Amino acid sequence: MSERQITFEVLRYNPETDDKPWVQTYSVPCQEDWVVLDAINYIKDHLDTSLSYRWSCHMAVCGSCGMMVNGEPTLSCKAFLRDYKGSKIRVEPLSHFPIERDLVVVLDDFMGKLQSVKPYIIPKKEKPVEEGEYKQTPRQLKNFKQYTMCINCMLCYAACPQYGLNDDFIGPAALALTHRYNLDSRDGGRSQRQEVVAQHEGVWECSFVGACSEVCPKDVDPAGAIQQMKIASTVDWYLEHLMPWRAK
Amino acid sequence: MSRKPYVREVPKTTWYMRNGRYMRYMAREVTCVFLALYMAGLVIGLVRLMQGPEAWQSYLAGLSSPVAILFHLIAFGFACYHATSWFNVTPKAMRIPQGDGFVPGKTIVGAHYGLWGAASLVIIVLMGVL
Repeated sequence: MSERQITFEVLRYNPETDDKPWVQTYSVPCQEDWVVLDAINYIKDHLDTSLSYRWSCHMAVCGSCGMMVNGEPTLSCKAFLRDYKGSKIRVEPLSHFPIERDLVVVLDDFMGKLQSVKPYIIPKKEKPVEEGEYKQTPRQLKNFKQYTMCINCMLCYAACPQYGLNDDFIGPAALALTHRYNLDSRDGGRSQRQEVVAQHEGVWECSFVGACSEVCPKDVDPAGAIQQMKIASTVDWYLEHLMPWRAK
Repeated sequence: MSRKPYVREVPKTTWYMRNGRYMRYMAREVTCVFLALYMAGLVIGLVRLMQGPEAWQSYLAGLSSPVAILFHLIAFGFACYHATSWFNVTPKAMRIPQGDGFVPGKTIVGAHYGLWGAASLVIIVLMGVL
């Protein structure tokens, strides 16, 4: 197998010694079938043990290894080196998130937002286990299945310019997951989630740039979910104001 | 060990220059300014019509000036860009169940172009061009 020498420009930041991030370059002998994560692992194992980054599954499932690769939010385990021409690749921590250390970003904001939308099934009516399972047809499953594919990798937040300008925005992944539970035939929790969804920092902060859906490694299409929720929230508003007698 | 997260500021006025994707978005949004200018021209036309035949004639004369024609050509180009860029994203907002799946995006986009064509045809007929 042929080897290719690639220079990696990696953004470094050590909170104990640095005031701001700086770029360190590493020359890595890369194998033809490597992904960016393999090269970073090589740096960690052979060139610089101090480099910090997150990764786990190496197969685009865990959602841990999201980074900016040449400025694009990417899962580094899915970024094949053969798709990158030239001899230089720049790797930075995900945009729009504070840097904890090197390529590790602070997740707290996203975790809080994810919790705020109650991303779990809230049954219409609780029933005892003896009454059996909550049944669902394949058609009902299809309605929301696409949105279950989210792996919380946060690439969509790194791509979203609205989130970059205003981090009060609930953001693409949390809203896509809201949509996923709202569309689930077993769920009755939409009205509880609407308080977060229909506020200004919910769906209305989205101006439909569409970058979230373009970078999503699992084809979840958060932009679509948000637009559909805008329509549903608008219908709610009209029903509430034109037919106030209508029980919600 | 204390934490000291580093926040990278996003440039407030030049953020859209960071990426081609953001530039395309801005192009879609900014082109609506020309639609607004065109609409303002139409409103002025209505006011001139109310003011009487002479005012209306001078408005028509103004419309046939090279500057006005150039503006309308540019506005038409931008209006087409604005409309088509929105047409192309309509499938995201419209998820219509059909059989075991959903109505294909191409059909939804195609329907928008079809309606656009039909509406344009009606207007052309009403204008007496055809």
